Order: sequence, then structure tokens, then C-alpha cells
Amino acid sequence: MLKAIYGLYADPDSAQRAVDSLRAAGVDERAISVASSEPFEEYEFGRREQRTPMAWLAALGGLVGGVSGYLLSSLTQKAYPLPTGGMPLAPLWTNGIITYELTMLGAILATLAILLVSARLPNWKPQLYDPAISDGYILVGVVSPPEALRIGLERTLREAGASEVKELVVGLDAEPRTQGVSE
Amino acid sequence: MTEKSQINADLLRPLFRTSWRFFALVGFLGFFVVAAFAAFGYQMYTGIGVWGIRRPAFWAFDITNFVFWIGISHAGTLISAILRLANATWRRPVTRCAEVITVFALSIGAMFPIIHLGRPWLAFWLIPYPSERQIWPNFRPPLAWDFFAINTYLIGSVAFLTLPIVPDWALVRDKANGWRKRVYGILAMGWRGTPKQWSRLESAMHIVAIAIIPVAVSVHTVVSWDFAMAPVPMWHSTIFGPYFVAGAIFSGIAALILAMAGLRKLLHLKDYLKPLHFDNLGKLLLMMSLLWFYFIFAERLTTWYGNEPSEMAVFWATQRGAYAPLFWTMVFCNFLLPFPILAIKKLRTITGTVIASVAVVVGMWLERFLIIVPSLTHKYMPYNWGTYQPTWVEITIMIGTFAGMGLLYALFSKAVPIISIWELKVGLHASSVVRSPLSVAGTSGRLTTGHGQLTTDN
Repeated sequence: MLKAIYGLYADPDSAQRAVDSLRAAGVDERAISVASSEPFEEYEFGRREQRTPMAWLAALGGLVGGVSGYLLSSLTQKAYPLPTGGMPLAPLWTNGIITYELTMLGAILATLAILLVSARLPNWKPQLYDPAISDGYILVGVVSPPEALRIGLERTLREAGASEVKELVVGLDAEPRTQGVSE
Repeated sequence: MTEKSQINADLLRPLFRTSWRFFALVGFLGFFVVAAFAAFGYQMYTGIGVWGIRRPAFWAFDITNFVFWIGISHAGTLISAILRLANATWRRPVTRCAEVITVFALSIGAMFPIIHLGRPWLAFWLIPYPSERQIWPNFRPPLAWDFFAINTYLIGSVAFLTLPIVPDWALVRDKANGWRKRVYGILAMGWRGTPKQWSRLESAMHIVAIAIIPVAVSVHTVVSWDFAMAPVPMWHSTIFGPYFVAGAIFSGIAALILAMAGLRKLLHLKDYLKPLHFDNLGKLLLMMSLLWFYFIFAERLTTWYGNEPSEMAVFWATQRGAYAPLFWTMVFCNFLLPFPILAIKKLRTITGTVIASVAVVVGMWLERFLIIVPSLTHKYMPYNWGTYQPTWVEITIMIGTFAGMGLLYALFSKAVPIISIWELKVGLHASSVVRSPLSVAGTSGRLTTGHGQLTTDN
């Protein structure tokens, strides 16, 4: 079951205030969820979890691709000898082109794979989300909030400038259900 | 209505509303595509004798179209990647229009070697896999390099196009109803727009942009080597690699300008594809026109000065012989017409850049033809010279590919916002930071601009 309380913010300043207030209220960093229809890298909340080894892994993918390209061309040429134009059986000049292309392909495919894994895509399970995000609202919420803190969290989210505060409850066999939280 | 809601409304309108004009356009373009398929079917049934190619010109229209479309494909991903890495803010409405051209033009271009095989059902023999025939491709000829280069560029370009579409598909998912909501829900892959997802997307775009630029350069270089590796008069030249790459970017920018002008008119995107974009692309086109002239002058001068008999036969055939009308039309279209239009600021309007671009597309197609056919029809021994005239089959297939490009573009713009919505929105708040840094200073965690440096209040 997914349970969450969240606020929708019309501007990034108030979203930042909400994140700061939730932290100040002792909410665990990992429980704070933010979602928006565009990146806000100029705000601190938009720069959470930015560190990624993606570039290094892409380079590794490139290395694997390059080695595969070299082995594919050179081993094939040795296994099926086709003397051509006085060239060696496995010439570095021409095999270099295959190696180069597969190096780049390896880097690109590795980048794609890392993106999908690290951004957890695809994920069609119920998640904390609100279609109002597409209208420019920024969602700031807390996943699985302790029942004792619920009223306090709702006040914190509202005081930060939320246009609306909602609760999301998704059962194992139920459609996602959101409801506004009355003041 | 806020600025962001207006952007949503304007750019999602083509996806949710379809006018009779769209169906008319699809019907018109579809007619030519069907005609091309019919011609191709006739060719497969009858055999390649229906082409105009005769000894010694075994490469003609198909390979011209192959080189031309691979060149057009350089409009998108390469230009988009350069502008993205250079952080050119005016790129935002342009990038997706450009990237789409790459994917479709590359797919169309890659079809031509298969059409040219004569027996296209054996195209899979190009793919290196251990078969019971024990025939593995020879990795030494440039056509095998084409296979790897084009496929790498195609996969990279599809990734480069698709990655930034995912957030826009999520937007369409939120705005759609019924079957559209389900389809776009699947395409959006559960995208939420968390800071981690945005950060990973931007990192991936950055890495793919870095990787795709050398791949794009290599693709057209490898295409040029299809010719330069052969000891054929005026082909066996070291200038061919950069000459082809420059020509590809040249024709690609022209195609991008034409696509943008069409979208601006048909999808009512005047507020997004502004004169500024045409002006900037017009300047790039001008630079490429000059570069193209420099290359053709360098190539012609070197040949003329060398005075090598076999090369001079091709040289004079294009300068004052049977191919001279095409050659001078090419020079007019690629330099004499676009240069004044693009160099004079008053003429570098939307209409002006479109006229110049039409000329460049025609001129660059002629350039590809003039590289291939005159050399093959004037190879060394005069008794082995020949002529070439295209048949209706080749012409129909060629027209079909132009219509196919338009058709694919039209269908794509019905399924995907043709301008990246989220990137436009980023542009809005990025520009607001520049406009009024003082108004946001002091906000917790906000980056502010001061004395040319980024500082944080945290």
C-alpha cells in the first residue's frame, strides 16, 4: 500500500520552503518526494541526488564496445581468411573503423541502460504523483508519513505556501485515490 | 492563463485536434509514397534492368539519393548536439524539429543501398552473424563500414530524440483521455519528474551529445570513403571526407529551415519558431555556403592544376560538357543565390532563408549526382565511357522518398509535441533568473547570479 501526504506549489520558492520545513520538522530526507514538470537546477531541491557515475560507466561501455568491435573484425578475418588487395588479413587501419563505431555504440547503449536503471524507468506501479504537475505545479510530499505526524505535516506543507494539500492512498487492489485535506 | 499553460495548450493542440488539412496532406504525400512502393515492387518483379544504369555507370540515382539523404540527416542530431553542448538558449524550439529529420532521413537513406542490391531480400547478408553458409562479411570494404557507422548513428539519434520526449509524453498522458491516456501512459514509462530523474536525463543527454558528434562526422566521412577508396578519376581524393561532412551539414541546415518554416505555417507556431531562429540558422547556412565554395574551389583547382588526363576528362565533362548545365546550376543554387540572400541582413528573413534553403537542397542533390555519375561515365579508357539517363522507376522512387519524409514528419508531429515543451519551460525560468536576480536573492537554496558567478544562499 502506498500512502502519502503532499502539497502542490505554484512556484519553486515555496516548494523550496516546503522541503526546508519538512527537514526542519525531522522528516527523513529519503521520505521527502519532489516532482515537477521541468528541472529546477537553480534550486537546492532540484539538485538532490545529482551525483552519478554515469559518465564513467558510459566510458566503460565504450571500452567494452571497442574491444568487441576489434575482436569481431579481427577474429572473423582470421577464422575466415579472405586475402584482399594485398592487405594483411586483419589490418588495423580498417578494423580501427569498426572498433571506433562500436566504441561509440557501446558508450551510447551503456548510457541508455544506466539512465533507465538509475531513473527507475519503466515503472508503471502506483507512485506519488498528481496530474497538476503538468500544469506547472511542483509536488512536495512525504511518503508513508507516521500517523502521529500527519496533522503536523499537513500544516507544514500548507504554511510553506501550498496551493493545495492532498493525501494519496493506493491499496493493492484499488485505483489511486486522492483527497484534499481540509484545514 | 499562465505562460506555461499557454505553452501546453499551443503545443499539445496538434495532438488532440485534427483538421481536414492534415488528412489532405497525408493523402497527397501518401499517394507518392504508394507510387514509389509500386515502382519498387515492379523493379523487384521485373529485375534491375528497369533502371537506367548501364556499363560503366553502375551507381547512379540510388547511390545519389543514399548520399543525399545521409547528408540531410546531419541537420538534426549533430546540430542539436552542438547547440546543446554550447548551451545556446535559442536552440530550445529548434532541437526536436532537427532531431526528427535525422532519424527519418537516415532511415530513408539507409534504404537505398538495400534497394540498390537488386535482390533486397538478401540484405541480411550484410549482418555479421555465424550462419550455415559460413559467409561472413569482409570488414575491409567501405560498404561494411557504412553498415556499422549508419547503424550506430541511427541508434544514437533515436536515443537522442527519444530521451527528452519521455517527459513530454508524461505531459500528454496527464492531459489526454481514453485510449490516448493509456498509450501515452505506456510511452511515458511512469515518468514523474523527480529531481533524480531530471538529473539523470540531463546527464544522459549530455553524454549522448558528446558521443554523437564524432559519430555524425564519421558517418559522412565513411560515406565519402565509399568513393574515395576507389581509384576512380576525381574520387580518389583525401579532401572527400571533410568535403562530404561540410556538404552534409550544409544540406542538413537547409532541410531544417524548410521543416521549421512548414511547421510554423501548418501548426501555427509563429510564437515559438521566431524570425530569430531563421536568422541564426541563416547565418549558419551562410557559413556553410562559403565553406562549400571553398571546398569545391580547392577540389577543382587541384584537379585543373594537376592536369592528369583521366581526371581532366571528368573535369571538362562537368565544366563545359554534357554535365555542365547541372554543374553550373549547382554552383548557382549552392553559392551564387544563397550567398547574397543570407549575407544581406535585410534579405535574411524567413522568406529569404526559405528561398535559399530550397536552392541549397536542389544544389546539394545535384552535387551528389555530379560526384557519382560523371566520374563513372568517364573512367580512364575512352572506349569504356558511357552515358546515364534515369528511368521513370528511379525517378518515382526518388520522389516517393521526398514525400515519405514529409509524411513521416506529419505523422510524427501528430503523435509527439514537435517542440520540446519542458525545455521551453526551462527557458522561461532560466531567463527570469537573468532578468531579475535581485528579486530572488535571499531565497533559501536559490542560485543567484552575481558578478558573473553562481553562488548559493545555502
